[in-house]
Formats: sequence, C-alpha cells, structure tokens
Amino acid sequence: MSTIDAAIPVPSAVHSFLDRDYSLRAWLSTRDHKRIAILYALGITGFFFLGGIAATLIRLNLVEPNGLLLNAETYNKAFTFHGVVMVWFFLIPSIPATLGNFLLPLMIGARDVAFPRLNLLSWYLYMAGGLFTVAALLGGGVDTGWTFYTPFSTMFSNTNVILVVVGVFVAGFSSILTGLNFIVTVHALRIAGMTWFRLPLFVWSMYAVSLVMVLATPVLAMTLALIGLERLAHVGIFDPALGGDPLLFQHLFWFYSHPAVYIMILPAMGVVSEIIACFVRRRVFGYRFMTFSILALAVIGFLVWGHHMFVSGQSMYASMVFSILSFIVAVPSAIKVFNWTATLHKGDITFEAPMLYALGFVGLFMMGGLTGLILAAPALDVPLTDTYFVIAHFHYVMVGGSVMAYLGGIHFWWPKITGRTYPEGWARSAAVLMFFGFNLTFFPQYILGYEGMPRRYHSYLPEFQILNVLSSAGASILAVAYLLPVVYLLWSLRRGGTAGNNPWGARGLEWQTTSPPPQENFLRPPVVREAYAYDEPAP
Amino acid sequence: MNATVAEADWRANGVQVEEQYDDAAQQREAATLGMWVFIATEVLFFGVLFASYTICRILFPQGFAVASRHTDMVLGTAETAVLLISSCLIALGARAVKLDQNRLAAGLLAGTAALGLAFLVMHGFEYHKEYAEHLIPGVDFMQRGPQAQAVELFFCLYYCITGFHSLHVAIGVSVILVLVVRVLRGSYGSQRYTTPELTALYWHLVDIVWIFVYPLIYLVGRAG
Amino acid sequence: MSALSSLPQASTIAPQVDALFWFMLALCVIVVLGVLIAITVYSVRYRRGSPADRSGRLAQSTGIELTWTLIPLALFIGVFTWSLFVFARMRSPPEDSQTVYVIAKQWMWKAQHPGGQREINALHVPLGQPIRLTMTSEDVIHSFYVPAFRVKQDVLPGRYTQLWFTATQIGNFPLFCAEYCGLDHARMGGNIVVMAPSDYSRWLEGHSGPQSLAARGAALFRSHGCSGCHGPDASVHAPDLDGLYGRWVHLTDGSTVIADDRYIRDAILLPKQRLVAGFAPIMPSFSGQLSEEDLLALIGYLKSTSSVANDPPAIGSESTHEHD
Repeated sequence: MSTIDAAIPVPSAVHSFLDRDYSLRAWLSTRDHKRIAILYALGITGFFFLGGIAATLIRLNLVEPNGLLLNAETYNKAFTFHGVVMVWFFLIPSIPATLGNFLLPLMIGARDVAFPRLNLLSWYLYMAGGLFTVAALLGGGVDTGWTFYTPFSTMFSNTNVILVVVGVFVAGFSSILTGLNFIVTVHALRIAGMTWFRLPLFVWSMYAVSLVMVLATPVLAMTLALIGLERLAHVGIFDPALGGDPLLFQHLFWFYSHPAVYIMILPAMGVVSEIIACFVRRRVFGYRFMTFSILALAVIGFLVWGHHMFVSGQSMYASMVFSILSFIVAVPSAIKVFNWTATLHKGDITFEAPMLYALGFVGLFMMGGLTGLILAAPALDVPLTDTYFVIAHFHYVMVGGSVMAYLGGIHFWWPKITGRTYPEGWARSAAVLMFFGFNLTFFPQYILGYEGMPRRYHSYLPEFQILNVLSSAGASILAVAYLLPVVYLLWSLRRGGTAGNNPWGARGLEWQTTSPPPQENFLRPPVVREAYAYDEPAP
Repeated sequence: MNATVAEADWRANGVQVEEQYDDAAQQREAATLGMWVFIATEVLFFGVLFASYTICRILFPQGFAVASRHTDMVLGTAETAVLLISSCLIALGARAVKLDQNRLAAGLLAGTAALGLAFLVMHGFEYHKEYAEHLIPGVDFMQRGPQAQAVELFFCLYYCITGFHSLHVAIGVSVILVLVVRVLRGSYGSQRYTTPELTALYWHLVDIVWIFVYPLIYLVGRAG
Repeated sequence: MSALSSLPQASTIAPQVDALFWFMLALCVIVVLGVLIAITVYSVRYRRGSPADRSGRLAQSTGIELTWTLIPLALFIGVFTWSLFVFARMRSPPEDSQTVYVIAKQWMWKAQHPGGQREINALHVPLGQPIRLTMTSEDVIHSFYVPAFRVKQDVLPGRYTQLWFTATQIGNFPLFCAEYCGLDHARMGGNIVVMAPSDYSRWLEGHSGPQSLAARGAALFRSHGCSGCHGPDASVHAPDLDGLYGRWVHLTDGSTVIADDRYIRDAILLPKQRLVAGFAPIMPSFSGQLSEEDLLALIGYLKSTSSVANDPPAIGSESTHEHD
C-alpha cells in the first residue's frame, strides 16, 4: 500500500472539511456536500437498524409454524414496517445520498454539487419524512404491506395509512431533488478535460440513477397522494364499488417501484466497478459497454413494471409484452457481470475487505438476477409469485447486492472520508461472515417458495418449519455481521491508523486530494486522464 | 483557481457567482438545466392524473360528458385566456429585464401576478359554485341518476388536477411578486437575468398544464 | 419429474411448468458455476505475487462483448417463447371445462357448484375433468393458489377472474391465499379434494343444496322483479335474456361485447354503463341489493337458458371491454 502524496501538502497542515467548524449548528446548516453525505449516513444507518429490528422480529416469529412471538396483527405491521423503512429510508437513498453526495463532485473535479442549499434541503426532507413515517409506523403501526394495494389500503385497513403515505411523499421529494442536483452537477461542473467517456463508472451510475429518480419518483408521489385522498374522502379511482379500478393503482405503483429497484442497484454496480478496478489494478473490461449497459438499465427499467402483475388480472397479451421486455432488461446486467469477471483476467489482485464485498456482490447479484429471469417467464411466475421465492429473489439482489456494495464502498472510501484506516482483519471476517449468514438466511427461502409457502404469512404449515428455522439461524449470523462494522468503524475513528491521500493506490480524482479532503475539495487542480489509468503511475 | 474570473464577474456585473461555479455563464447554464429537469418531474407528477383521467374517461365516456357539463365553461374559458395572456406578459417581462428596462419589467411581472391571482379568484368562484351544487365527492355529493358514479369519479379527478394546479399557480404568483420587488430594486439586468427567465419558464409550465386541463375538464361532450 | 422436490405434480399443467422451471434452473446453475469458477480461477491465478503471465491484457473487445450479449439474448428469447406456449395453455380453459364459482372474502373461500353444492375452504373436484373457476371477491384482493397444481390467480372485488386446471392425482392438496388481505391472510387456506369421478358424483348427490344454482337464480329473477321487464309478458321494452348468454350484444356507441359473466354482472349493477342499442336507459341498478352469490346464481340461471354450455372463451381479462 503506497501513498503517493509527495506533491500535496501534509494533511495536518490543512484543515479538512471535518475540523473547520465543529458546532452542531454548523453541521445542520452546512452546504458542504461532504458533510451532507455524513448527515445522510447517520440517518441511513439509523433507519437500517430500525428496519433490521423489524426483520429480527419477523425471523424470530417464523421459527414456529404457529408464530412464535407475534400475533397476526403485530406481524403484519412488522413486515410493513420492514418494507417501508428498508425500501424508502435505506435502500433508495443509501449509496446516492452518502457515497454519491460525498464522491460525485470529487470524482469530476468540482468544488461542490450544483445546488448545495437544495442538497441540504434534500437531507431535511429525508429526515422529516423518515421520522414522520417511523412515528406513524411505531405509533399504532400500518398493516398494508409496503405495496399499499387497494382496496385494502384505502377502504379496509384501520391503521395510520395516511400518515405513512405522507412521510414517504415527503421523502420522495428528497430523492427528486438529489437526482436533479446530480444531473446538473454532472452536466455543468466537470473539470476541464473530464469528458463523458473519461468519467468513472460510479459517476455514470449516479447520473443514470438520477435520471430514474427524477422521472419515476413524481409518479409515486402523486399515486400516494391519491391513496391518501381516497382514504380521506372515500372516492374511488381505485375503488371497484364506485367503478374505480384496483389494477390502476397497481400499474401506477409499479410504474415507479420497478424503476425504484434500478435506483437501488445501479449505484451498487457503480461502487463495485470502482472497487474491482482498484484491487485488480486494471481498467474495467469493456468501459463503453459498461456505460451503455448502465443507461440501458435505466431506460428499459421503465418498461417492465407489468411483470409484478402477471396474476393480477392483467391481460395475457400485456403480460407477454412485459415478459419479453423483462428478459431483455436482464441482458445489460449480464454484460456487467461478465465484464467484471473479465476484469479479473491478467490482473494483479489483492483481497482486502472492499474487494471481498465486491466479489460477494457479483456472485449474489448474479444469483438474484438469474432467479429474476425465472420470474420473468409468466408460466413460472404464476406458481412462484407471492411466495418466498420472490422474497429470496429480491433479497439476493437488494441485500446480497446493494447492501454488500454499500458496505464495500463504505470500507473502500472510509480512509478518504474520515482520514482513518479501519482494522482489515475484522473487516474481512465480517465480510465473510456476512456472505455465509446471508446465504443461510435466503437460500432456503427459494426452496420454501418453490414448495409453496406464500409470503406475508404470520404462520405456516408445519412441513415448512425446517427451512424457516435454517433461515432464521442465518439471520442471526447476519445480524452479528452487520453489527461488527458499526463497532470497528466507530473504533477506527479514535484508534485507527492515519490514512494517506491514496492508501489503495487507486486512480480516481478523489484520491488526488487529502484524506479527508479540505472543504473546497482540491488544493490544486487534479490531473485528469482516462478512467482507470492503472497502467500509468498515479499522479 | 478561478477566483479572478468570479471576482471579475462580481465587479463588472454584480453577479454573485457561487463558489462551486467557475463563472457566471456556468452558473446560468446549471440553473437553466436544473429548471428544465424540474419541469420534467412536474410533467411526470401531473402525468399520473392525466393517465388516470384518460383511463376513467375511456371507461365512462357518457358519464364524463355529463359531468363535464356541470363545470362552468365561461369561467373555465376566461381562466384559460387569463393564463395565456399572463404567459405572454411574463415572457415580455423577462425580455424587458434582459434589456435593462426595469420599470417596464416590473410592470409586466406585476401584471402576470395579477392575472395569476385573477385565475385563482375565478377558480375559487368555481369551487364555490360546485359546493353549492353538491358536487364535492365524499363530502357533499348529491348527484343521482344513471351516471352518478362516473360523475363522482370525474369530480374527484377534477379537484385533484385543479387543486394541484392551483397550488402551483399560487406558488408562482408568490415568486413573481417577490421578483417584482427585486426588479424594482435593480437586482436584475442584462447581465443578471437568470432568475426572472427561469421563473418565466416555470410559469409557462403552469400555463401548459392548464392548456391540457381545459379541454379535458371543460369541453367533454360539449360539441354535440 | 419432480424428484428434487416433495411438491406433487397434481395437474396436467404441472409437469409442463416444472419442465420449464428445471430447464431454466439448470441454465442458471451453469451460468453461476461458470462465473464463479472463472472468478475463482482468475483470483487464484492472478493474485498479487503469482508468476502468471499478465502480458497482452485486453481492456475491451467488441467481439467478446457481442458474444456474451447475443448468446444470452438468444437463450432468453428461446426460453420466453417456450414460456409463452405454457402460459397460453394456462390461460385457455378447454371447451369441456366445468365451471365452479368461487367467492373470496376476508378470510375464507366459498365455492359453489352449479348443482347448488356449497363449500367453505374446500373444493371437491373430480379427477381428470377440466375445472374452470370463476372467481370474485367480496372485499379486498385475494389470490387463489394451489402449489401442487402450479396455478394461481388474483381474485378481485368488482370483477371476475378465472383459473382452470385438470387434476391428475387423487388426494388433498393445500389451497392458500397468496395476496395479502389483512389480519388472517395466513389462515385463509383450505384444501382441494380430488376424487375419483364416481366418488365425486356421490359427493355431489350427498351434498346438494336445496336448489341448483340456476334454480336459485330463477327464483331471484322473479323475486327481484327482473321478469317484470325482461319476461315474455312485460309491457316494457327490454332485451330478451333467453339465450343471451354467450351471444354478441350491440351497444349504443357502436361497439359489440360478448355477454359473458362479467357483462351480466355489470349490466345488473351498472346498467347505464354500456347501453344496449335500441333500448332506452331505464333499467334501475341493483347495486347493494344483491350479494355476490346472488349475482352468480342469476348468471347461472341465464346460462341455463342459453345454448352455450360454458363461459365464452374470452372472459374477464381477454374480453373486449378490458382496459389495461
């Protein structure tokens, strides 16, 4: 691990963005994208553990066929809580709002994002929406599932649906404004010489994700507003008794929520590209194909929402169209998996924790994505939808995928953000433990789903018990694996080693400044070259 | 690195270039792109309502025709005219700012705001009339007859669409009024016109949304 | 072949679904193994400090990229096409299917056979006979799911959806609700009881209700005044309903629809929605006066006066007035 920072002033002589003004007021009124990223990280970590507590309750309950811990009502509220918090307050903002906010300006040689005050507003909207939603979920709970299907959510549920919907609505605007900010930042603030096809793939994925956030989230906002209105005024766009249509809700909801999953995975893919390039010390294989794949996922992702509705009563012909498009959208993902694998060829590979997370991502994302292909075939989706097979599928891509990539990114850029190094031994152990715990938790669920266990079940037939127990055992291992990083990363803030500017010897522009960076990001203009110029010495 | 350019901008034109920008031109480009992206989000936002309307209208063509006849076409047409004229005024006002004609600009912008307010007042009258006719779904809806359900659906969509639209008009009017004050103070000119220009863009969006709303709400089934 | 699973293949479609599933699973396993082996081999061979030759590394290759773009695409299209045929079969009940009506409500399944037999949370069917379920919900969305048959269909309020199967094994097969529907969603289960045809006939006789569905519908037809306008002696000009079921109906807006279960239900509840050409819009709505079971009985009655033995092929999702 060499540090190439001879030409750059020694960190202690420079004020980093962290130590210029410590006060709470300074932090809460900051316009610095780096501080905003850290504010987000705190919120996101908090919501992750809240959602995780709900998951713990769920898995504990499912140890017994009749439900060990919770009655049906509480269980239904628990899985709704888990879904709402994890989707909107963890997965969607996680990488873009933390790593994206911190790194995007650095990676393009900018001093900040295009609209710093809007950036801070985004954080306040996120926290407001989040606190409001959690309060609603905890104060009485909501039992509709995170998908709010009508007419149950509008006419039959006796819980705080409107409050939760308002919270998500508010948080949605956080997403929209962040996306808007990133789009303009990438267009307008690239440093001279940083052309589009020299951008790191992480920047490409932030850009594509921002396009999706900006176009899809408004649809969710209005749809949730209509749900709230229907609950309040009992008029039915979605109510069949008034001639309304519950399927209309599903179309509107999934029109957002399918692109939403690409919001969750594209940033993860961007992180993985950065990590793999660094620890293989080579350019990512097929840079252009990778960028076109990122854009293809963003665009085609808008065209496949009906694959969530194959058994909903949708016409057979609509289902067929959505099916072929869903097969097609898998192609760019496949290209990326193959390209990451090919990047390893003739590389110079080391296996620090970020690399373990990245390789774990490739394997687990691939498994989740392939089972998505199975679900894309309507003939197979018919028996498998609404079962644990789907739950396993999306947890493989979202947890085995996005969460692992998020953690990999946190570890990879931890020295840059904090100026500290984390303990490598602990980090590798946690990564391996996580991989093992994850598979033990979710692989049995594929089998459960195939065997016919439906989802959102508080209790189940006795023949499903063994697999459920295995899954819950895995979950307990996962819980430990998630707690470990919190402990040793916090520990490293006090006792970790000092990081140089470029502890990994990586090639992005962010590594050409101090760790942590100064408030204005660069003390002297960074040198811009082709992306992943690992065949040349670091500048 | 670019402090000298930014300072030059400030000294020459009074343009405050924020520190993440290299110069005023870059800042202006970024702001413009930002407004266009925002407009795209608004299109998607209203799009949900238009899509829902379309589907419901295909399902209940006769019901929607009956419902549309309960709307006040005179007021609706007047509102359309008012918004179209206001768009013209704000375009002229933004142009006047660019030509350093501050008083004219302030007058035109004030005119736009006034027309916007007129729109809101007229729409308020419409809502009042609908309240008097018991056309508020869920709260006070007393239509009977064969198409009652479709009429109720229509009005549900009507209040959503016009309600959100009026909210956008109100926000626009507030921003324009602030602009009027700042134009009179000389905050804008031929080198500093981004804010008025982008506000005009926003106002045009508000106008265009209404241009779609008008035929869909007021003109269904009136042709025959 | 379902040797890898304890789930029976108890319907005609189950082996077809399984064949596609295991094929796709095999493909997935091959890809996963391929990629994992490649990753492992590369990780070992090209780990830092290894003596492997690293010269001549490609950073891109359009040829290689196109290969692993087009081959998966071709495979996907192949699998998609195969899936299309199986899916089309799943959605096309045979001409000789027997209809059973299912009504879902929180939190139970109610089934009605045409002969008037009623069941709760159970459905008795004969072996080897195609059964078509016409289903609706009284409240929220539910989903009728029988894993052993590989069938599932959401059941919606306000409309009819359908599902068909032919059972190929005798026994009891679990039925689940597969769309979250509130408090006791997990307890909304039951059994499909497949019997030999002779046993099934005996069961039908033993459980027949006071009236067949059609007879009950006829009684409702009279008691709710339908015959007052639609009967042969009516003074009002109303469409003749004899033989209506399964025929094409001309509407005032020029379109035609087929008089299937859904059309009849809508005509009773929302009579002004699709007006029949040549008739004044004077039929009152019976919304709120008839339960879902009553509606099914009336439909059963109208079917019995028609020469069409079964639901016309395009019911529910494929009928002309479906919007998607």
